[in-house]
Amino acid sequence: MDQAASATMLHRGEVPAWAVNLGVGIVIAALIPVSISFDKYIDNYVLDVLIRIGVAIILAVSLNLINGITGQFSLGHAGFMALGAYTGGVLLKHYQHQIHGALLPPVFIGVTILGGLVAAIAGLIVGIPTLRLRGDYLAIATLGFGEIITVVLNQIESIGKFEVGGSAGLHNIPHVTNFFWTYAWVVICVVVIARLVYSAKGKPFFAVREDEIAAAAMGIDTTYYKVAAFVIGAFFAGVAGVLSATLSGNLDPGDFNFVKSIVIVVMVVLGGSGSITGSVLAAILLTYLPEQLRAFEDWRLVIYALLLIVMMLVRPEGLLGNRELWWKRKTAMV
Amino acid sequence: MALLEIKNLGIEFRGLRALSGFNFALDQGELVGLIGPNGAGKTTVFNIVTGVYRPTAGDVLLDGKSIAGMKPFRVNRRGIARTFQNIRLFGGLSVLDNVLIGFNQSVAHGFLGTLVRSRRQQMEERLHEEEAIELLRTFDLVDRLHDSARTLAYGPQRRLEIARALATRPKVLMLDEPAAGMNPQEKMDLMELIGAVRRKFNVGIWLIEHDMKLVMSVCQRMTVLDHGETISVGTPQQVQDDPKVIEAYLGKAEV
Ligand SMILES: Nc1ncnc2c1ncn2[C@@H]1O[C@H](COP(=O)(O)OP(=O)(O)OP(=O)(O)O)[C@@H](O)[C@H]1O
Ligand SMILES: [Mg+2]
Repeated sequence: MDQAASATMLHRGEVPAWAVNLGVGIVIAALIPVSISFDKYIDNYVLDVLIRIGVAIILAVSLNLINGITGQFSLGHAGFMALGAYTGGVLLKHYQHQIHGALLPPVFIGVTILGGLVAAIAGLIVGIPTLRLRGDYLAIATLGFGEIITVVLNQIESIGKFEVGGSAGLHNIPHVTNFFWTYAWVVICVVVIARLVYSAKGKPFFAVREDEIAAAAMGIDTTYYKVAAFVIGAFFAGVAGVLSATLSGNLDPGDFNFVKSIVIVVMVVLGGSGSITGSVLAAILLTYLPEQLRAFEDWRLVIYALLLIVMMLVRPEGLLGNRELWWKRKTAMV
Repeated sequence: MALLEIKNLGIEFRGLRALSGFNFALDQGELVGLIGPNGAGKTTVFNIVTGVYRPTAGDVLLDGKSIAGMKPFRVNRRGIARTFQNIRLFGGLSVLDNVLIGFNQSVAHGFLGTLVRSRRQQMEERLHEEEAIELLRTFDLVDRLHDSARTLAYGPQRRLEIARALATRPKVLMLDEPAAGMNPQEKMDLMELIGAVRRKFNVGIWLIEHDMKLVMSVCQRMTVLDHGETISVGTPQQVQDDPKVIEAYLGKAEV
């Protein structure tokens, strides 16, 4: 029999969009009581790991948009993260005595978005000239961008009356973030990127990865999509930066060097380039495992590296390849 | 005024003249052939017209407006779609997605609609899916909707590439050796399909083909290229009888 008599049959058994929208709203709202009880009953260390997992998910999923889905090779994600982290850290530290109580939540939302926007603008500025480059050359250019950010942050002691910290780092940033803020952004990041790329308007991201020449011949402005991937990816990296700055309370330019970028790339590759749920899984795994291996401190990096080698030998396409965990096919909608 | 008009087109690659003095016209609903021996410059003509190369001489007009030197994606948006001699599908994506991506310029809703999955966005996507399935039915690919394009055999891949090109709603469809690598039966079926496409979509089709017999059977007119020069123009019969063609093309083919 005909496999698909009509488009309606393609969507059989699908949850309607309004229900998903409602679900997303409920999940975000439910995070509030969950977060409050976590603060009360859960060990600080565990909560800290949970939040770092959330930050890692945002970083991995947003880099996946650039590297896995659009097929570019960015090694500068930590640079975008640094811009967000410093934007948030510097502002929140400077104004910490003016903002408290009821003022804090809206200000924190604003600062987080601002951190994302600063990173996004950097994504635009870096994206436009470097996207003429391909493969290794793009990797090197973005790597250079990330290193420049680190070097510059090392040099800047302050901007006007705002303390930046220079090579000594920035300390005593208010610990604003919590489980709720982090996972609300996790949900937003995953839903936004998934909906975007699995839609009519976002399919060209994949087309650019698959074959740029063919994509252009289909009327796709490939430069536009590549820059868009960089801007959106950088935005969420900036958001992740603000969240992590307000988790630890300390910022050090060295936290954002190329090693950090490579760790995020490894998450994307391990989860499966192009698979959003794969990135989520890998981010959880590669943040949680090192914690568990803390007992074998000396062996931690060796075990970590071995895991990667085994993975690349056994399943070079990553955990999920370029499939999603719960969708049968790529046309499925979130 | 013809739909597609090419005037005195030429290109040099680092001093090497790959094409010169090329003239051509194509009207809506016509099926015209472009033939010539290996390295004659056929693909080069297609590459110039679709914006991959910038010509060093002459002009390309679509609906009377120059498109020479435009970027490939703009040329497509003006109404020219093509296939590639060495198939260029989105191999890792499904057959359905390949065609859906062809509809990308028909997407009217914005990013916000996409993010909230508005009614309008969903309706538009359904409409495109409906249309894509219809198109894939025409190309006998409807039972492979969810297979990734690279798993298709050669013949179906070539058909999918044509379907994808048609999804961009072109006025002119340019096919670069669409029958290459097919067996004789597949070739016959493809030519029939191309004829049907011309009638159904009312596009002008410009076809590069090596197999003389094949083009002769379907094309109304044809151009023969050799070493970048146009050596003959006319109906299949006229071209076939042209001594220059026999020497340059048929002569070699018989060796
Ligand atoms: N980008 C380029 N740079 C240099 N030379 C090129 C380029 N593209 C094509 N040529 C040359 O132009 C000539 C025509 O090539 P073209 O690919 O157009 O031939 P063709 O007629 O399509 O041949 P075939 O039947 O083998 O496909 C060849 O000599 C080729 O080497
Ligand atoms: Mg050719």
